[in-house]
Amino acid sequence: MTAQLRPSLAACPACVAAPVEPAKPVPEDVQIALSLPGIHCSACISTVERALQAHQGVEDARVNLTLKRALIKAAPDVRAADLIPVLERAGYEAHELDAGALSATQTDRAGRDLLMRLAVAGFASMNVMLLSVSVWSGASDATRDMFHWISAAIAMPAIAFSAQPFFISAWSALKVKRLNMDVPIVLAIVLALVTSLWETSLSGEHAYFDAALTLTFFLLAGRYLDYRTRAVARSAAEELAALEVPRAIRLEDGRETEVPVAQLAVGDLILVRPGGRMPVDGEIVEGRSELDRSLLTGETLPVFAEPGLAVSAGEVNLTGPLVIRASAVGQETSLHRMADLVAIAESGRSRYTSLADSAAKLYAPGVHILSALSFLGWLVYSGDVRTALNIAAAVLIITCPCALGLAVPAVTTAASGRLFKKGMLIKHATALERLAEVDTVVFDKTGTLTAGTPELINLDDIAGEDLSIALALAQASSHPLSVSLTRAARAVGAEPAAVEDVSEVPGYGTEGVWQGKRVRLGRAAWVGATHGGQTSAWLAVGDQAPVGFLFTDALRPGAEETVAALKASGKQVMLISGDTTGAVEALANRLGIANWMAEALPQDKVARVQALAGQGKRILMVGDGLNDTAALAAAHVSISPASALDAARVASDIVLLGTDLSPIAGACDTAKKATRRIRENFQIATVYNVIAVPLAVVGLCSPLIAALAMSTSSITVSLNALRLR
Amino acid sequence: MEVLSYLIPISLILGAVGLLAFVYTVRSNQYDDPEGDARRILSNDWDDRPKP
Repeated sequence: MTAQLRPSLAACPACVAAPVEPAKPVPEDVQIALSLPGIHCSACISTVERALQAHQGVEDARVNLTLKRALIKAAPDVRAADLIPVLERAGYEAHELDAGALSATQTDRAGRDLLMRLAVAGFASMNVMLLSVSVWSGASDATRDMFHWISAAIAMPAIAFSAQPFFISAWSALKVKRLNMDVPIVLAIVLALVTSLWETSLSGEHAYFDAALTLTFFLLAGRYLDYRTRAVARSAAEELAALEVPRAIRLEDGRETEVPVAQLAVGDLILVRPGGRMPVDGEIVEGRSELDRSLLTGETLPVFAEPGLAVSAGEVNLTGPLVIRASAVGQETSLHRMADLVAIAESGRSRYTSLADSAAKLYAPGVHILSALSFLGWLVYSGDVRTALNIAAAVLIITCPCALGLAVPAVTTAASGRLFKKGMLIKHATALERLAEVDTVVFDKTGTLTAGTPELINLDDIAGEDLSIALALAQASSHPLSVSLTRAARAVGAEPAAVEDVSEVPGYGTEGVWQGKRVRLGRAAWVGATHGGQTSAWLAVGDQAPVGFLFTDALRPGAEETVAALKASGKQVMLISGDTTGAVEALANRLGIANWMAEALPQDKVARVQALAGQGKRILMVGDGLNDTAALAAAHVSISPASALDAARVASDIVLLGTDLSPIAGACDTAKKATRRIRENFQIATVYNVIAVPLAVVGLCSPLIAALAMSTSSITVSLNALRLR
Repeated sequence: MEVLSYLIPISLILGAVGLLAFVYTVRSNQYDDPEGDARRILSNDWDDRPKP
């Protein structure tokens, strides 16, 4: 029906407005946003776009390489979950983003507003500079006055529009009787305009219209860069909140409806399919399965689940479908209660003063005192208010923190851009500075150093026949251990044995009949074996003694290199995990980490991190689970992988977008370099002030010198920041 | 010096034109993906005709 209508609609555009079936609302196209941490080149763009467009129902797909995202317009029945495998087949990692949360950041009003002001200041200053250059190169008398008046006519409205952010910020600081960086800026701009107008009306020689405009331009440039970095961080936070798209299946009178998690209420019956995550705290009322609690506790061993067991939000259901009755939703869940712990730990961190803040604290009062002193000095010395005011304005203009305002944002922008290309998102403005100071790195185990996927380790000890039977049974299950076993067995070329009547018993394992004997693959207790403490699956053939398949957690790509590189750069590396001693010790030995701690509760982790901090160590915490959240917040700086739980990502300063851990070591170096550049920039700005300020104080600073000094220092600082690339 | 009477308006107009052009590029989202746009010219897609 729709297909028939379409040509007629296209032929007659006006008909589109006419409702075809008023009773039935036409479903709108959906917007899907995907995060693609792995894309980096033009070939990636075309491959991704082509792969997406080839998918049924996708109308338009556009990759944004700067943000490493793809925006897809598709028919209403297309879901992100269908598109992710498409991209994975094309060789790209993809995560779903919440298009609703993203659309808010896309129409970035504040950024655009700042850019407009920057543009107005830039173009106005170019025009005024043109007139000023004529004055400096010899225009005199009536011509000079005319040029000054034209400059004033351009500068006044341009500054009234462009410098508004500074006026507003300075006013709000003064209202609460405090000084911030913007107070001297506003004073400099206003004083420059007032004295220049005064001079012009008296046919004076010097006018600072160009200086006031260039000042505004450079300061806005710094402000804009700063804003961009912050906006990226903010949208990153939103994007990450969106990574876990919150939907759940609610059972209403036996019917399944997909609803947002926010709409769930206590007492609701919720269906959690195998592989799904518990959206809320609750109690199992139906079904048997196994639960993966590793994100919450760090344990790798799955827990047996049956009706009556209490479950917490964030746990992953492994084998059979479960119906749970919600006992706590939203903010009440154990997941969210962790946020309180995080808030306490974070209050300690907010005391960190960034380099820019400490510079501003020194700077603002100093400038005021200096300019007031030169005003008073000249007033006493010459007795002329006009001269004294002119000199005070010159001092304020010269000391105006153009270079200072660019020193930090220019470097942070360059550094975050560089790290983003490597797959790291800087969420917090001072994260780079803090990362540069790190001397101890604490890793979590499960999900951070390890990928959270099991790997068969005792393949060589298993007889060929047993392996064939196990393979036949494992194939029938989607349990992570079975999947891993299947992969390992196929890799050595095993063929599945002829097992009949294979059936999965959720929560226990798989069983079948082989040569008339009952065969079972599953939990130790179920097949009649004794459990060894390690992650394992057991195979029982008839009445023979069960055979154990031992698993270890596969390492995350880049884990070994990262630990080695961090140790090589002289940092202390530690491992703190909630998992069993055996598993932690094995991993620590494998990676060469001498300092490890196992079976740590979330409180133990925080306590350990705080104890180390008490010894004066600067800690970088890398973790992904709920049990790491408080430790992440307590550490000096923290990193979590994109696969981490919401709470952990919120608590950390930097997020790894891809699965690879190796950017971490490089990030520490980049952060160190960035901090060095920031300090250099402060030095450049200081040196320039040391030279130019005495000139201004003794009254030798002409508008030409002011303009030259200001531009060169700002440009030097920006170029120095660009050296980071 | 009569030359100034039209040189100055010309310089002001040129400045205004530049500003308007910039405002247009901002409004039409041309700075959303600078990285991607720089790479897209290297791909062979839509070389013969523009994307519909």
